[in-house]
Amino acid sequence: MSSSNGEIVRVDDLHTYFPVRSRGLLPRVIGHVRAVDGIDLTINPGETLGLVGESGSGKTTAARSVLMLLKPTSGTIEIEGRDITRLSSRQLMPIRRMTSMIFQDPYNALNPRHTVGGIISAPFQIQKVKPEGGVKHAVQELMERVGLNPEHYNRYPSEFSGGQRQRIGIARAVALRPRLIVCDEPVSALDVSIQAQILNLLRDLQREFHIAYLFVAHDLAVVRQISHRVSVMYLGHIVESAPRDKLYSMPLHPYTRSLLSAVPVPDPEQQRKRTRIVLQGDLPSPINPPPGCVFHTRCWLYERLGRPENCTTEVPQLRPFGKDHIAACHYAEESLKTDVGIDYVARPGRAAADDGPSLGAPADASSNQGAAPAS
Amino acid sequence: MAAVAREAPEGMITMVEPADKPFLSVDGLAVQFPTEDGLVQAVDGVSFSLEKGKTLAIVGESGSGKSVTAQAIMGLLDRRLAQVSGEVWVGGDELLGMRPAQVQALRGARMAMIFQDPMSSLHPFYRIGDQIVEAIQAHRKVAASDARAEVLQMLKRVGIPAAERRIDAYPHQLSGGMRQRVMIAMALINSPELLIADEPTTALDVTVQAQILELIADLQAEFGTTVIIITHDLGIVADVADTVAVMYGARIVELASTKVLYGQPEMPYTLGLLASIPRMDKDPGERLEPIPGNPPSPIHLPKGCVFEPRCRYSNLTHGLSETVRPDLLPTGAGPGHLVRCHLPPEERRRIAADVISQMRTVAVEQ
Repeated sequence: MSSSNGEIVRVDDLHTYFPVRSRGLLPRVIGHVRAVDGIDLTINPGETLGLVGESGSGKTTAARSVLMLLKPTSGTIEIEGRDITRLSSRQLMPIRRMTSMIFQDPYNALNPRHTVGGIISAPFQIQKVKPEGGVKHAVQELMERVGLNPEHYNRYPSEFSGGQRQRIGIARAVALRPRLIVCDEPVSALDVSIQAQILNLLRDLQREFHIAYLFVAHDLAVVRQISHRVSVMYLGHIVESAPRDKLYSMPLHPYTRSLLSAVPVPDPEQQRKRTRIVLQGDLPSPINPPPGCVFHTRCWLYERLGRPENCTTEVPQLRPFGKDHIAACHYAEESLKTDVGIDYVARPGRAAADDGPSLGAPADASSNQGAAPAS
Repeated sequence: MAAVAREAPEGMITMVEPADKPFLSVDGLAVQFPTEDGLVQAVDGVSFSLEKGKTLAIVGESGSGKSVTAQAIMGLLDRRLAQVSGEVWVGGDELLGMRPAQVQALRGARMAMIFQDPMSSLHPFYRIGDQIVEAIQAHRKVAASDARAEVLQMLKRVGIPAAERRIDAYPHQLSGGMRQRVMIAMALINSPELLIADEPTTALDVTVQAQILELIADLQAEFGTTVIIITHDLGIVADVADTVAVMYGARIVELASTKVLYGQPEMPYTLGLLASIPRMDKDPGERLEPIPGNPPSPIHLPKGCVFEPRCRYSNLTHGLSETVRPDLLPTGAGPGHLVRCHLPPEERRRIAADVISQMRTVAVEQ
């Protein structure tokens, strides 16, 4: 199906399951880890889609599936309008030329036995691309562009700091001027003062080469800084997607709200006034996800609304709320009546919203979530 | 003693112990590691003090010396490899001059530490319950059955669901957040007066981080524990700390109450940190304002101010910052606010006011 509207990526109903086998002589498949359980997403040229969620939410599996580094169980992935899920690895070669990846750990993503020059020139060699002026010249230009000294062409990764290694990884990723780069937690291993340098570099490269990013991260502040749109994943599902500013100022899904409320803001006066939704317990098993809404076992809104039955029986579909904003919650409208998770946002007329018993002001933010009855 | 003091009429001095001495005081702490490449000055002249029941946050990047400071306080550094000098006073005892056996008796009883990686304190072969029982019996004479009951209670206290079952679990059977709770339970089982948490939530998701921070705060309120938290996350610091020490290049470069550090910081490095982090409570501009360059190598620290090579304002010190190490001096702006900077105070404050006013608050378009 080629309903492409000029997107770089269009993912439809993607499932990536991992079989769980029984032990013993004749292992049988006894279940599946539903790492990605039916997601849709699109990314436009030159755009950043942020993908956030906790560990175990399936965000990394989703990102790797998009590049066919993991074979999806079902669904389609169109890169520039062409479904790549059925292509052989030979047929994938030209697709790989348009896409690349930046990894979290700059220590493990670079072969310690290869020189920086060798690492960055690998894409040219593999794709048999002969740049003008020769490979070495192109590599040194790339090194210069990402903020490395081109004279360090013959050095080894161990001679570089974490931030510089990430620059090497970035130079390799942009070598062939890809149209899409999947960035998997690209700054979470870096020191704070270096994070900002790398985020700026990614932004500048995007501008210069018109690259689209699928930016996977758990740090909501980082994702906000770099993304145009953001999708939130929980237990293999996208539970909310919206343009950046809408997601951070008007989140609809109670899970998004919980995430936002858990991020401490670096302002002691504000932070200590905030109410925090502490999610109880751990992420449920993706082998045997809860029925109905996958989030209901930990949902504060479900508790506050007196445990409505359809949360446990009906799977909520992603519903539209205004332009480009979708959320999968039966009671998303109720979220809007509270300021849970977004109480750091300066709101005109905020004081007015504070009087009266609102849903968003639990007296005690500690463990009694859900105890405050909806009035 | 404390009871006597409380009943004594006002103004009469009955305390024999120096009552005004803070619970924890670190004085001129220095740690050096001789290596093949040269002497690594990991910590250089770190001094601070902390009242009982309060929380100090040590902020800094990797290599700034924050973790080594904590390990030195806990007596965890191998003295054959590390040269440690200075004084560490905890509740009236000086630790650095003690014999290792004496420090070991204190560690786990009066003071405890939790780490970023819970598997660094949990043994993979033993059931978690047995490991915590061992922590009790190492310091107190308690019957095994009583100790086990105590462990069960503590596991419930730190929020482990189905603790009756989990007490017999092995570490690998628990999730990361649960292991972190088990480690906290083990650290707190002997009600330590001092708890050092070294990046306790860095490996965890934000939702679990929120749970763990809340847990530490609850336990601190309950037991009056003094806490040192080491982190690079300025959001966490804003959330939990009473006092903040910013470390850079093996030294404290700014020390202040949390309110002052965020409201009127003076050291350009602190300002750089505050300006470079993406923050949810401010408008995301097009670009962040990173601190240029990289942190210094602890073998080749700059001669003058350790931050000089990355400082945007070092040209305002007339070359002083390139040649002379600045001292950590009171700013005069508030009690306990110290800064290590050659810039004239009025210049520092002007710069700080400038930088802070450039961070805009988020407003929602309605």
